[in-house]
Amino acid sequence: MLKKLASHVKQYKLSAILTPVCAAAEVVMEVLIPLVMAELINQGIKGADMNALMKYGLIMMALSLVSLFFGVACAHLASHASSGFGANLRDAMYTNVQRFSFANIDKFSTAGLVTRMTTDVMNIQNSFQMITRIAVRSPLSLIFSLVAAVKVSGELSLIFLGAIVVLAIALSFIIRAASGLFSQVFKKYDALNASVQENVGAIRVVKAFVREEHEKQKFQKASRGVYDLFVKAEKIIALNGPIMNLVVYTVTILLAWFGAHMVVETELGMRIGLEEGDLTAMFDYVMRILMNLMMLSMIFVSLTMSAAAGKRIVEVLDEEPSLTNPEEPVHDVADGSIDFNNVSFTYHAEGSGDDILEDIDLHIRSGETVGIIGGTGCGKSSLVNLISRLYDVKDGSVCVGGVDVRRYDMEALRNQVAVVLQKNVLFSGTILDNLRWGKEDATLEECREACRQACADEFIERMPDKYDTFIEQGGTNVSGGQKQRLCIARALLKKPRVLILDDSTSAVDTATDAKIRKAFAEAIPGTTKLIIAQRVASVQDADRIIVMEDGRIAAFDTHEKLLETCEIYREIYETQTSGSGDFDETNSDEDVKAYDPNREAESRKPGMPPFPPMGSMKPGKKPGRKEARAK
Amino acid sequence: MMRGPGRRGAPMPPMSMKGQWGLLVRVMKMVMKNYALQFVLVLLCIATTTICTMQSSLFTEDLFNKYIPGIKEHMRLENADLSASVPADAETDGEAAAPIEPLTYTDLAIRLAQLVAVLSVGVACSYIQQRIMLVITQGSMLRLRNDLFTHMQSLPIKYFDTHSHGDVMSVYTNDVDTMRMLIGQSFIQVFNSVVTIVYAFVLMVTMSWQLTILSIVLIFLTMLISGKLIGLAGKHFSAQQQNLGKLNGYVEEMMSGQKVVKVFCHEDKSLEQFRQLNENLRSSAHEANRWANTMGPINNNLGHISYVIVAMVGAAIAIGTDNPITWLGTLVAFLQLNQRFSQPITQVAQQMNSIVMAMAGARRVFALLDEKPETDEGYVELVNAYENEDGQLVETDKRTGLWAWKHPHKADGTVTYRKVEGGVTFNDVDFGYTDEKQVLFNISMYAMPGQKIAFVGGTGAGKTTITNLINRFYDIQDGKIRYDDININKIRKADLRRSLGMVLQDTHLFTGTVLDNIRYGKLDATDEECIAAAKLANADGFIRRLPEGYNTMLTGDGSNLSQGQRQLLAIARAAVADPPCLILDEATSSIDTRTETLVQRGMDALMKGRTTFVIAHRLSTVKNSDCIMVLEQGRIIERGTHDDLIEQKGKYYQLYTGNAIQA
Repeated sequence: MLKKLASHVKQYKLSAILTPVCAAAEVVMEVLIPLVMAELINQGIKGADMNALMKYGLIMMALSLVSLFFGVACAHLASHASSGFGANLRDAMYTNVQRFSFANIDKFSTAGLVTRMTTDVMNIQNSFQMITRIAVRSPLSLIFSLVAAVKVSGELSLIFLGAIVVLAIALSFIIRAASGLFSQVFKKYDALNASVQENVGAIRVVKAFVREEHEKQKFQKASRGVYDLFVKAEKIIALNGPIMNLVVYTVTILLAWFGAHMVVETELGMRIGLEEGDLTAMFDYVMRILMNLMMLSMIFVSLTMSAAAGKRIVEVLDEEPSLTNPEEPVHDVADGSIDFNNVSFTYHAEGSGDDILEDIDLHIRSGETVGIIGGTGCGKSSLVNLISRLYDVKDGSVCVGGVDVRRYDMEALRNQVAVVLQKNVLFSGTILDNLRWGKEDATLEECREACRQACADEFIERMPDKYDTFIEQGGTNVSGGQKQRLCIARALLKKPRVLILDDSTSAVDTATDAKIRKAFAEAIPGTTKLIIAQRVASVQDADRIIVMEDGRIAAFDTHEKLLETCEIYREIYETQTSGSGDFDETNSDEDVKAYDPNREAESRKPGMPPFPPMGSMKPGKKPGRKEARAK
Repeated sequence: MMRGPGRRGAPMPPMSMKGQWGLLVRVMKMVMKNYALQFVLVLLCIATTTICTMQSSLFTEDLFNKYIPGIKEHMRLENADLSASVPADAETDGEAAAPIEPLTYTDLAIRLAQLVAVLSVGVACSYIQQRIMLVITQGSMLRLRNDLFTHMQSLPIKYFDTHSHGDVMSVYTNDVDTMRMLIGQSFIQVFNSVVTIVYAFVLMVTMSWQLTILSIVLIFLTMLISGKLIGLAGKHFSAQQQNLGKLNGYVEEMMSGQKVVKVFCHEDKSLEQFRQLNENLRSSAHEANRWANTMGPINNNLGHISYVIVAMVGAAIAIGTDNPITWLGTLVAFLQLNQRFSQPITQVAQQMNSIVMAMAGARRVFALLDEKPETDEGYVELVNAYENEDGQLVETDKRTGLWAWKHPHKADGTVTYRKVEGGVTFNDVDFGYTDEKQVLFNISMYAMPGQKIAFVGGTGAGKTTITNLINRFYDIQDGKIRYDDININKIRKADLRRSLGMVLQDTHLFTGTVLDNIRYGKLDATDEECIAAAKLANADGFIRRLPEGYNTMLTGDGSNLSQGQRQLLAIARAAVADPPCLILDEATSSIDTRTETLVQRGMDALMKGRTTFVIAHRLSTVKNSDCIMVLEQGRIIERGTHDDLIEQKGKYYQLYTGNAIQA
């Protein structure tokens, strides 16, 4: 993972390498300055030597300036490298997401991707900066100080060694104990936040059912759980400071005791080596060594914490697009004919799970208008998504213009097969900006024409800024029906050979819906049109209609023929045209006129047989309807 | 889960210094309210720890200035006793001037023992401080979160409609976290530094007031530079937050529309714009960090330089005085203190950034806490009742299935009971979400108990708005709404809502089992009741086919169910609540027409005997209503039964038949 992340430092490598170099130079100065300071005091002040004072004073200033230079350089380089690294990571992630296929996109949630690109990257960026600044500096300073200490007095250094071992053991215990607890804390914390999110999203339900008190109790319980765990984890961390102090103090006292002996003995000529100045230096080294050890442990803790962020970033970077362009792609789509040859399909890559589509064999002529109808989850959207190769088939093949879609250049294919998705999105920008997604250099006139066909021009013209009206993010300032019409216009601008509308007029009223279809028939007769709809009215005038059920094609024929032969279709047609819940045989027109309120009451009378569970809903097995028809 | 920081709907105006202080005081008050004693204890501990730590460094001075020379002197004297011929040590020339008190190792041992005692107190205090602080910090956070959530539950729907959910979430995640840092770290650090500074300052003044003035001037200069740097860094940090917010918004928009991007082969374009935003963020992050990073080395090295200056000036003064040797001794001690003095100042400077950030967070936290809660001036209550022999309603604690409105009359102190039937009337109701824009105009209608009233019309015609008024999610501006002939303003909101069942277009489910979710409608419902409700809503079939049936866990708003299935569960949830009045807002919109016919029968059974308001897209759903209201731009333009409306050949006819009037 580290390697993968590090490979994105790229053009900031120089800065990233120079940062620790500067930090090292700073460390050297840091070690030198106390030495000069000691001389300044010993010779300059204690010796009352103004010249020495001037000399060491100037040297110290010079060293400070050098140190300042390296320090500032290090600061700038570190921020240059880390912010650049962060930007590279975001760029790499975003670029990879652009290569994602629909299957890849389904894997990640929008919120998840946003978090990964912002919070997680910021996290890594900060850790990276810390590492470049401190990870080299601390051990270096540690080593310098240790070496210097040993050189001053090997015997006294043994105290250090003992202290370091004790501290290292204590710190590693604390880190290990705490990091386990902390990962639990974060999980609980995430869960707590998720519950807030759930509550905020469902606030209408909460209020409608007067469940504020219930929710409060639920939240307080969860929040208490986070508290308990947090306190447990922090109790361990709380040991950190006192242990550190304890070790420092012990070392100080031991140093003072043994150091005093050694200094006095040196003085008396009983041994050689330790003078007063040396002991002062030793005290300095104690602090330095232990501080650096502390720093290292801090780095370690924050690294374990950002490891999770790193993992989430690498997940996106490592995600291989499941669809790739063929080696010698076909760029031209000959015509709008569509062929499904024994296609089966599943969303689960490894073939696990049930097939969404089974054994689909379907042949649509170029220029034909085809309606698709069927219940929720029967595979309508899955079927059309295969045509522009948003997903790949499991078995069989899908051909457009007589060529397998997997042989096309994806961009070329998608430019010729325009899909208006069920869950469609407008982007922030003017209407014109949005329309030009379909054709980048479209003129205003072209856009107008497309909007006329999609019946969008009427409401656009009524807007204050017309085609320059600004659309808010997610298209919140236009109604559902207006949004759908804009999306259709946007797709029309592509002038595709195949146009697929996936339930794209559900929020458009019936009259406008009909107008749009009429416009299609007149303006783009050569384009193959596939229309998925819930309403029979939206498809009944199509050349042919596909009736789908449970991932299979139940029937494929004209409206009239289907009414005769296809039970499911007839059923849908009748429920939609003859009001809900009544079981009379009257056809729609008569029903409308011969509406009798009493009949309504009858059909709702309490003696009605219990309803069959949904699973047993099979065409023709519906009680009541069949009986009624049989009369 | 976490939103990136900085994504705020409306940027808040910059805060004045006074505002900052006010916030800080408020945070302090919040902490002190519950933990005053502990907090004082913590401060005491910090002061003790700091002073103990200072003792250890004062001791090192003693060691060099007093004990080591003393022991040497003692040894020398001892040696002198043994062999009087030993000449005075040449090296002790400098010290010869001042007489040295002879000391033994025992003296040192005693001093060390004292030190051990003092330091033990210091360590103990630092541990106690950490432990108490932990309780204070986490406890305050616990209370703050609970307060936030409790308060949030009391806010009107309007708050949630006007604030993005991301922003609300961000208060819980980012803002509470910055406050944790403030209370747990910054407060302590700053106090710690202040104690050190004051202590060092007092010592310094007692040593030499001249040098103290000098070093304060120098420190002031350093602080001036730090202040500039903080300002620079702060400016760029806020630029960074802004750019992060922009990038966040863009990524969110693009990622949620990624499928559309793919379908339109817009990848390169989208990348191009992203790169621009990314570069802006990078450069502001670079600027911000670079100035913030610079602060450490600058403070450090300016400290060194000021050390040299103090040393030189001090030495110059010393040479000019009568007793240069003593002066020089003081100077050494002073210089050490000087170092101790500038360190904490650097620390405070470094804390400034996080304090500023925490203040911004605290501001948003308090903004939420200050949001006005839903008011409830209602006094009519919903109670269980039974009918006695005289046909009078009598209040009872038991669940009788019969509900009554308990209506106390202030004027004469009597209480009347009225059976809950579910009749709703609107009298000339006007409403607008904001004062500027009226949404509903002169809405008048009545729904007799048990009737089914349908609303049809285009998006934005005001259908959902009407239902929001019945349960008082919003309050009307003008006119009257009555429920069972009682003005709904007089009914306690909780009771009013309890008597209304709602099934909304966007179905929200909660983490928990399927059974838990159904039981949400009535918390004390038995399993059998829930299952019966599921059967009524025709949800039983699919629930039984789930891996663990009714005990299947639903997570992430029931993302493992289809939209249609979720709607069925929502209907079951409303069914188990068994309210006298139902509001169905596009409750079956995601259920395909075939399944709908099945659900419809369940719905019909559910609606039987209840007043029902139905909003539906599909005209087949509303056809059998007792009255259909056709809304357009906030006005009821047609009303009547299906037949009436078809005969009128107006808007309804148009919508129903799909035949537009000649355009």
